[in-house]
Amino acid sequence: MISDLFSMTVLIGILASGIRLATPYLYAAIGETFGQRSGVLNLGVDGQMLLGAFTAFYVAIKTGNLWLGILAAMIVGALMGLAMAFVTVNLHAEQGISGIGFYLFGLGLSDLLFQKLLGTVETVKGFPKVDIPFLSDLPVVGEIFFRQNILVYIAFALVPIAWFILNKTTLGLKIKAVGENPEAADSLGVSIARIRYFTIILGGTLSGVAGASMSIALLNVFQQNMTSGLGFIAVALVYFGAWRPWGVLGGALLFSLVNSLQLWIQVLGIPVPSDIAVMMPYILTILVLVATVSRVRAPSALTKPFERGD
Amino acid sequence: MKKFRLLISVLILFAVILGACQAQEPAMEEKELFRVAVVMPSAINDLAFSQSMYDALLVIQTEMGGAEAMEIVYSDGMFVVDDAAAAIRDYATEGFDLVIAHGSQYGSSLQEIAPDFPETSFAWGTTVDTFGIDNIFAYEAASHEGGYVNGVIAASLSESGVLGVVGPIETGDAKLYVDGFVAGAKATNPDVQVNVNYIGSFSDVALASEAANTHVAAGADGLTGTAQMVVGAIGVAEESGAMWFGTQSSQTELAPSVVVANQVYRWDVVLNEIIDLMDEGTLGGKSFVIGLANGGEVMDFNEAYELPEDVKSLAMDTVDGIIDGTITINLGE
Repeated sequence: MISDLFSMTVLIGILASGIRLATPYLYAAIGETFGQRSGVLNLGVDGQMLLGAFTAFYVAIKTGNLWLGILAAMIVGALMGLAMAFVTVNLHAEQGISGIGFYLFGLGLSDLLFQKLLGTVETVKGFPKVDIPFLSDLPVVGEIFFRQNILVYIAFALVPIAWFILNKTTLGLKIKAVGENPEAADSLGVSIARIRYFTIILGGTLSGVAGASMSIALLNVFQQNMTSGLGFIAVALVYFGAWRPWGVLGGALLFSLVNSLQLWIQVLGIPVPSDIAVMMPYILTILVLVATVSRVRAPSALTKPFERGD
Repeated sequence: MKKFRLLISVLILFAVILGACQAQEPAMEEKELFRVAVVMPSAINDLAFSQSMYDALLVIQTEMGGAEAMEIVYSDGMFVVDDAAAAIRDYATEGFDLVIAHGSQYGSSLQEIAPDFPETSFAWGTTVDTFGIDNIFAYEAASHEGGYVNGVIAASLSESGVLGVVGPIETGDAKLYVDGFVAGAKATNPDVQVNVNYIGSFSDVALASEAANTHVAAGADGLTGTAQMVVGAIGVAEESGAMWFGTQSSQTELAPSVVVANQVYRWDVVLNEIIDLMDEGTLGGKSFVIGLANGGEVMDFNEAYELPEDVKSLAMDTVDGIIDGTITINLGE
């Protein structure tokens, strides 16, 4: 029984599934990382994902062009990010609450548009799997990593890119400064507003792509509330990853791999009650968090609106 | 300037009052209008649970003579129970004749609300519990019956001998359906392997998709599942060429090449009985079950799928057997 878990088919299955499951989390959480590093908590990620998912799906179905769908999702996500940025930076709103407001807005609007414009659940021909030449022929590893669809590859590529931006560029320095000590940054001429607008809009754009990755790449369908709270988990993953892109990757993979593991545990008939199996990813994530709590420190200005002269 | 402002305010007030009058007029004219409100946890076009109720209401509306005879109002996507409770209470306050709380999670809210509105009839599903309150009807689906039939067909058609089930949460009519499917499959072919995984959610499409991938990787060539997240699993079935067996609503249109059969819920069977009772003055206190016998569950075959004659007649014989009691479904493996 348990030994079945270690067969090649199962291991490959778990890893390949885990990578696919992690993809939307990666887009959303990397985007959120930028925002949180600059001191802004955006709880509206799930709403942005749903609107992005619907937009991409609708555009793809109507135009037949998948990349146009991605572009549309990015625009919609960016617009929601713009709205969030305005509410956060200019209106100094309580970020947790405004985030939830945007979540509800995205959830409701995506459902309304879906009912009015499409009316019924249907499928679309989404992004196909792309075999990376040569690498996809490697035994075992090839099937797991290099036969996925292009949005999966981009999601994983985002991690080193995000790391580079945050740690090796002036922009990254400014973002971190704004998140740690906005007063000092402000006094040195860094525009807090400009940086936060940038990170929040970037976060929104990436959340839009996260949603699109679900509706026109991985699942090829749109349904009301299809993200099912994924955006909130993505926000939690930013905390879990200690606000670092590689940490976020680790969290997304841990969560997703344990999720695919529990699915296999059920299929192989290993006597774990389904309710316990379903809890596993969450419990494991909490355990790891508890074990590593000492090293985690949030950006000091996280959730605090900035007003010059505070 | 002051006079101008006064004029504008009066005009706006006038317009609002006029608008409010317009809104009220229809309600005052049509006293015979049968008004139904329904609160549902997912979308009316979810191809599963909520859609089954909404479709049933539309059938009744057509039977009654259209929108002039029966008004249907709905609040869907009410997966937050407190929001649903507020909606139920609002509908009751607005004087709807029948308020349907379509979701077992709404039970405790309904228990509080129903006694406050003794003139309103409430219906609640899927459950058999009316709490002993005399204006609550309860309805349930004997989903294991159609599940059994699906299992029989699946086991008869499966070439790999492996079937996969993607379940939401191991409870209620979801568990009934899954157990029925397993029972039907095993009764047809004791050697068939039926793998089941529950994903722990009614709406997580991504996880349902991976659950289906797991089954396909484990060798399944026939898949089934219940709740609205199955659209993810159906996509995988279509991609891998595995057969799909649906329940709650017809899922044929989503993947016409692989859907074999669906157990379609016909809630209108129950709704008709409820409406008849309401006409006689009984507003609740009774529970109903839809099953194959009373036509509340119907096996719907995909015309486009080439089902061998002998399998089809085996399926129909199974339906008859369940109805007349010669086949007993052994749940709980």
